[in-house]
Amino acid sequence: MSDTGRLRRFEGAALRGVWRYEAAQFTRYWKPQTFGALFEPAFMLLAFGYGVGSLVAAVAGISYRDFVATGVVGTAALFLSVFPAMFNGYTRRVFQHTYDAVLAAPVDLHELLAGETVWTAARAGVFGSAPLLVGMVFGLDPAPGMLLVPFIVFATAFGLSLFGAWTAARVASINSLDYVITGVVTPLMLVAGTYFPMSSLPGWAQVAAHANPVFHCVELVRHAVFGFRPLADLGHLAGIAAFAAVAWTLALRTLRRKLIA
Amino acid sequence: MGHNVTSVTQQTNALALRGVVKRFGDRAAVDGLDLTVERGVCLGLLGPNGAGKSTTMRLLTGQAVADEGAIEVLGFPVPRESKRARAAMGVVPQQDNLDEELTVRENLEVFAHLYRVPRGGRAAAVARAVARARLTGRERTRVGDLSGGMRRRLLIARGLVHDPALVLLDEPTVGLDPQVRAELWGLIDGLRAAGTTVLMSTHYIEEAERLADDCAVMARGRVIARGAPSDLVARHAGKQAIEHHGPPARLAEVERIAHAAGLPTRRTGPSVTVLRAEELPPSALEALGADGFVRRPTLEDVFVILTGERVE
Ligand SMILES: Nc1ncnc2c1ncn2[C@@H]1O[C@H](COP(=O)(O)OP(=O)(O)OP(=O)(O)O)[C@@H](O)[C@H]1O
Ligand SMILES: [Mg+2]
Repeated sequence: MSDTGRLRRFEGAALRGVWRYEAAQFTRYWKPQTFGALFEPAFMLLAFGYGVGSLVAAVAGISYRDFVATGVVGTAALFLSVFPAMFNGYTRRVFQHTYDAVLAAPVDLHELLAGETVWTAARAGVFGSAPLLVGMVFGLDPAPGMLLVPFIVFATAFGLSLFGAWTAARVASINSLDYVITGVVTPLMLVAGTYFPMSSLPGWAQVAAHANPVFHCVELVRHAVFGFRPLADLGHLAGIAAFAAVAWTLALRTLRRKLIA
Repeated sequence: MGHNVTSVTQQTNALALRGVVKRFGDRAAVDGLDLTVERGVCLGLLGPNGAGKSTTMRLLTGQAVADEGAIEVLGFPVPRESKRARAAMGVVPQQDNLDEELTVRENLEVFAHLYRVPRGGRAAAVARAVARARLTGRERTRVGDLSGGMRRRLLIARGLVHDPALVLLDEPTVGLDPQVRAELWGLIDGLRAAGTTVLMSTHYIEEAERLADDCAVMARGRVIARGAPSDLVARHAGKQAIEHHGPPARLAEVERIAHAAGLPTRRTGPSVTVLRAEELPPSALEALGADGFVRRPTLEDVFVILTGERVE
C-alpha cells in the first residue's frame, strides 16, 4: 500500500496553490524583508569594506571592498534560504499544522516541498542579489555577468532551503534549531571565502568547503562579476546541484516520516 | 469480476473500507475496520477516545497509510489515487489548522486555490464560504483575532470552499458553547439537505442523534455496531429504561437484580439505569421497588453499553 513506487508528478495546479499561500504570507513580510535585504549588506560593506579594507588593500587580485561585496551575496543566499525554510518549516509543521491542512487538499508532499523551495529560492535570488546593487553604490563596477547572479543565488538557495526544511523536520523542539544555526549555518557562512580568502584557511577546511554550496556560490558570483572560468565554474555548479540533490532526498524522506504516518 | 464490484461500489458508495488495519508500533489504532457509507448519507462515527476515529479520517485522505486492507473514496483507490479523491473531498480536522497570520479571506482564497476552484469561480466560492462561516464584515480580520466559535465556523467553511461531494468532519463542535454548537448543526444539516455525503465523528451523542442518518460505533479500531440511531437504540437498549437514584448500596442492589435477570445497566453519578427494562420478569420488577423513574432509552445508553465508556 506504499506510494513510494508511484511515478512522481508535479502538477502545476498543486504548485500554484502552494505559491498562493506563500504569496499571501509575503504580503505580510515584504517590507521588513526588503529593508533587511538592502541594509544588512550595506552595514556589512561599511564594516568590512571600510573597516578591514583599510588594513587589507587587495585579496586575490581584487580590492577588499569588491571581495566583500561579492562575498556577502553568498551570506545572503544562505540566510535568505536556511532561516525561512527552518522557521516556516517548523511553524507550519508543528505550531500551525499548515502542512496537515495542505496535504488534505490535492497536493502531494513532493509538490508541497518543491513549491515552498522554489518560492524561497526565487525570493532569495532577488533579494540575495541586492548586495551587488549596494556594492555598486560603494563603487563596484557593473559587469554583464552580474545578470546571472540571481540565478546562481537561486540555485544555491534551492539546496540550502531544502537543508533548512530537513533540519526543521528532524528537530523535536524549535530551540534545537539553535544547534544547527551555530553548528552548521555559521561554519557554512565562514568557510566559504566570503570575508577572507580560502587560502588563509587550513588545508582540511579548504577541502571541506567543497561540500559547502555557499563556497561554490561565492566563487561563481566572483567569476560572474570579474570573469568566468568555464571549467572551474562547471565544477561549482555541480557542487551546488549535488548538495541540492542530497538535501532533497533527506528533506522529502524525513517530512514523509513526520507527516504521513 | 473485480472490475464489476468496483463499478457498482462507485455508483452507490462514497466510502468503502475493507479489513483495514493501521498500526503505530505494535499498537493497532485501526484494527480490521469494515465500513461503507452510501452517497448522500450523513454517517455519525461514535467512539470513545482512542477508538481510531481520527486515524480512520487520515487513512481516507492518504495522510496515514494502511498496513492491511483496501480503501476506496469516491470510487478512487486510496492511497494510490488519493489525490483525485482529495480533490473532491472536504476535510475539517479535529485540530484547528488555520493560518493565524492571514486574514479570513486570505485563508479561504488560499484553499480555493489548493482545491483548484477554477479562476472564474474563486471569488464567488470565497464569498459563499464567508457567508457560510457568518463572517461577513470580518473578511479582513486576522484569524488569530477571531473567537473560538468564529474560527471553528471558518474551519468548516474552508473545508467546503470547493463544494465537495464528501466531507469529513472530525469532532466539528468539540469545545464550543451550546449556542455555537447549535449554529454549526444548522450548517451541517444544510449539507445533508444538499446531498453531500458526510462522515462525522463525535463524542456528543445528541449531535449524532440530531444529524446522522446512520451511526457506526467504533471501539478499539473497529465498528462494533451500525445502524440508524433509533434502530441501534431498539436493538441494544430496548424500549424502556428505569433509572434509580439512591446511596451506593442501593445502586449496587439494583445492579445485582438487573444482572441476575440478564439485563444491562448503566451508572451515572448517583443513579443507575436498568436498560431493556421491558424484559424484566415480574419478580425482579417487584424486587427493584417502585422508586424507579421510567424513561425512553437513548443512543447514549447504547454507547455506554457497547463501549463501557462514559460520555460527555
Ligand atoms: N501518529 C501516531 N503515532 C502513534 N500513535 C498514534 C498516532 N495517531 C494515533 N495514534 C494512536 O492511535 C489510537 C487511535 O487514535 P485516534 O486519534 O484515531 O483516536 P480517536 O478515536 O480519534 O480519539 P479521540 O476521540 O481522542 O480524538 C490512539 O491510541 C492514539 O494514541
Ligand atoms: Mg480524534
